[in-house]
Amino acid sequence: MDYVIEMLHITKDFPGIRANDDVTLTLKRGEIHALLGENGAGKSTLMSVLFGMYAADKGVIKKNGQVISIHSPSGANSLGIGMVHQHFKLVHNFTVLENIVLGVETVSRGMLRMDEARAKVIELSKRYGMMVDPDAFISDITVGMQQRVEILKMLYRDNEILIFDEPTAVLTPQEITELMHIMKGLAAEGKSLLFITHKLNEIKEVADRCTVLRKGRCIGTVDVADTSKEAMSEMMVGRKVDFAVEKGPAKPGKAALLVQNLRVKGRNHSKPLVNNVSFTVRKGEIVCVAGVDGNGQSELVYALTGLMPIDGGRIFMGDSEITNASIRQRNDAGLSHIPEDRHKHGLVLEYMLAENLILKSYHKPAFQRHGLLRFDEMYKYADMLIEAFDIRSGQGSRTITASMSGGNQQKAIVAREINQRPEVLIAMQPTRGLDIGAIEYIHKQLIAARDDGKAVLLVSLELDEVMNVSDRILVMYEGEIVADVPAKETTVQELGLYMTGSRRSEVV
Amino acid sequence: MNRIKRFLAANATSSLIAIVVGLLFGLCILLLSNPAQALRGLGIIVSGGFNGGGKGIGQVLYYATPLIMTGLSVGFAFKTGLFNIGAPGQLMVGAFAAVYAGANLTFLPGWLLWFVALLIGMLAGGLWGAIPGLFKARLNVNEVIACIMCNYIGMYGVNYLIKNTNVYDSLKYQTINIGQAAIPKWGLDKVFYSMKGNFVDSASVNGGILIAIVLAVLMHFVLNKTKFGYEFKACGYNRNASRYAGINEGRSILLSMVIAGMLAGIGGGLMYLSPASGLHIRVEEILSPQGFNGIPVALLGLSSPIGVIFSGIFIAYISQGGYYLQRLNYMPEVIDIIIAAIIYFSAFSLLVRNVIAAVVKRRDIKRETANGREEETP
Ligand SMILES: Nc1ncnc2c1ncn2[C@@H]1O[C@H](COP(=O)(O)OP(=O)(O)OP(=O)(O)O)[C@@H](O)[C@H]1O
Ligand SMILES: [Mg+2]
Repeated sequence: MDYVIEMLHITKDFPGIRANDDVTLTLKRGEIHALLGENGAGKSTLMSVLFGMYAADKGVIKKNGQVISIHSPSGANSLGIGMVHQHFKLVHNFTVLENIVLGVETVSRGMLRMDEARAKVIELSKRYGMMVDPDAFISDITVGMQQRVEILKMLYRDNEILIFDEPTAVLTPQEITELMHIMKGLAAEGKSLLFITHKLNEIKEVADRCTVLRKGRCIGTVDVADTSKEAMSEMMVGRKVDFAVEKGPAKPGKAALLVQNLRVKGRNHSKPLVNNVSFTVRKGEIVCVAGVDGNGQSELVYALTGLMPIDGGRIFMGDSEITNASIRQRNDAGLSHIPEDRHKHGLVLEYMLAENLILKSYHKPAFQRHGLLRFDEMYKYADMLIEAFDIRSGQGSRTITASMSGGNQQKAIVAREINQRPEVLIAMQPTRGLDIGAIEYIHKQLIAARDDGKAVLLVSLELDEVMNVSDRILVMYEGEIVADVPAKETTVQELGLYMTGSRRSEVV
Repeated sequence: MNRIKRFLAANATSSLIAIVVGLLFGLCILLLSNPAQALRGLGIIVSGGFNGGGKGIGQVLYYATPLIMTGLSVGFAFKTGLFNIGAPGQLMVGAFAAVYAGANLTFLPGWLLWFVALLIGMLAGGLWGAIPGLFKARLNVNEVIACIMCNYIGMYGVNYLIKNTNVYDSLKYQTINIGQAAIPKWGLDKVFYSMKGNFVDSASVNGGILIAIVLAVLMHFVLNKTKFGYEFKACGYNRNASRYAGINEGRSILLSMVIAGMLAGIGGGLMYLSPASGLHIRVEEILSPQGFNGIPVALLGLSSPIGVIFSGIFIAYISQGGYYLQRLNYMPEVIDIIIAAIIYFSAFSLLVRNVIAAVVKRRDIKRETANGREEETP
């Protein structure tokens, strides 16, 4: 069999944890090879070994049957290996074109020669159907566009082996469809793709083979066409996973979060980002805000949690008004917030896991007395959450958060926010980047919070999640709420119509 | 555990390597200016304070005192994400307030006078730190710019105040003697002295060095064990996350600048609350070098309060070595250049640490070690 890449018996240790344990992975020319595994299973580590960011402790890598040694990402590039990282690595105040050629610029007599580069980029983006504006600044384009830039970067360097580390976690469903299309096109051109994702649907759709990792070990490689989703998830978690979440009917009580005519103006847009939004979330119900990304959901959440100033309207929690309350006051009144961007808002990456788990409660008597932090209590509490939420890391509560896998960082945030026993829980994409076992667990926790009489406001871009978990669905379109429907009485198709603005119901 | 050990090793090693590089650079200048004496000169610099026997060591500790304080000031602000380049101004304002109080509150008993004067110096320094803090917290004015302006306002303001108050000795263009408010010696002069024949030549060292060390330990404690330290560091590492956590960012910025200013202000008090034979504030148009040297001290100490004790003493030690270099007929200007070069080269230790990290990583890839710390993806 002719393999472009063979990674044989790779072992990689980190302090306190063996991230890859005798893993073997082979990649055929022109195939899309999926890599599946729980959070912290070692997928990113394995790919980083291939991309030259980490050196394996044991094992060899072969390309076209020849043993190769890769010492750095640029070494990997010259061997034709490119990677799109879980968190992008673009220079924000550079243009698209500048980012693509960065590091491989053509220079003549000390001057940058951009015209050739421009022609090549335009040619590539035409060939693979990835339209980008070469002169736009990275800071001005959407995440989906940024990802295209990352892909073009790989193609510009004539890479043959393309690694995608959870590319779909940050994309909207529409963008995911486009990406799948692009990936198929690349494979058809003879490129070989390695694709990490937690979504079995995506694997089913594009991948030829799938290698499953569990706790650093290789469980096996299967042909996707002959394997059911259930079988793959069982390989990955080691047990059966329920896809549908069991939940009884909601018993909504008094209003817990009341929003009246909320308005948030954009910096330079004339149109408000959140336009006259009013709704109520009652105790004991999960209300979901659905919508295409960028229709004001983020701003709505930032306004509710106090991270963004509002331009009008009122917000109540229970009987008390929090319109002008500080973030601390809102938190202490029982507002929890799982933020959209875990690195920007959710975590202090330089802190230990334990310190991050008390990020919002460090000032409470449980964790400080007379201004002194109670470290024993902090570690005890952290160990409890680590156990309950199965947060995996090399050194337990003392792990520096930056070294944890993306999904486990997310679990840490979710654990912290749910365990505050909030009155109102605002969750923005809470399961982004989580494996299916963890998603199942988080969904159960959300429902448990609901059954405990808490109010949950869930913002999600994934319609599966919206339909599975929520009791009531609000749809946001261009800053306004265009639908308010009970989850049981609607369909994905109907939501789709609301989300694209082709239909609106009279609300409130 | 292993990782922590390696981490510490990398930290201390980087500071030491930086110092060696600084010394080599110093040697180059020595060679250029007077090749015959260069090696002896380097020897004198390296033996620093020891050249002067017991007194020399005492002098080192004496000069280290304000450096430790300004190093703490700069380092503390660093930890909270602020660059306090305003230590010279804060130090001078604190010094003037302390001296003024020492000269005027003479109704207080001697053991209380110096202490009250020092507290007043501290408050004045804190006030001077509060100004850039307020600008940053309220109007988001870059603290570096505000600090630089405050340095000049502080220097000229202090000169003006000295000339127009009763602390001016117009014959010597400096402040009057305030021996009654001098920081007590606490017996240190009995420890650090040299004999000149039958005459006991005591060092100028006083209780200030002990106060500085106690304050450094206190700052270490505040940063690492208290709620405030947790907030300050969170702000320094990730402003957005600390806002999300409900930490009042403006208050943290202001408080952090006030504390930084207070530390520098104490530095000024400790320097100038001295006996008649000691230092006086001179009416000069110079920004306090002790204030600026807080920056290399903090860098070399990697902003850690405990590290700053050592780096402050080191820089005073090297400077003292420069003083003894005069024995070899080096021009004072050349000595200044050499010492400054050593200090600033050493301060590049942060840079060096990154280089070490890169080297370790490269070695890692050669499979000689397996360690995660240096390889974190950002
Ligand atoms: N630089 C590092 N230093 C220390 N430990 C690390 C480092 N990088 C990863 N680890 C540890 O190795 C394990 C595997 O991490 P990895 O990022 O490969 O997981 P993953 O499979 O990509 O998970 P996810 O789906 O959550 O992204 C984790 O337990 C993580 O804590
Ligand atoms: Mg990963």
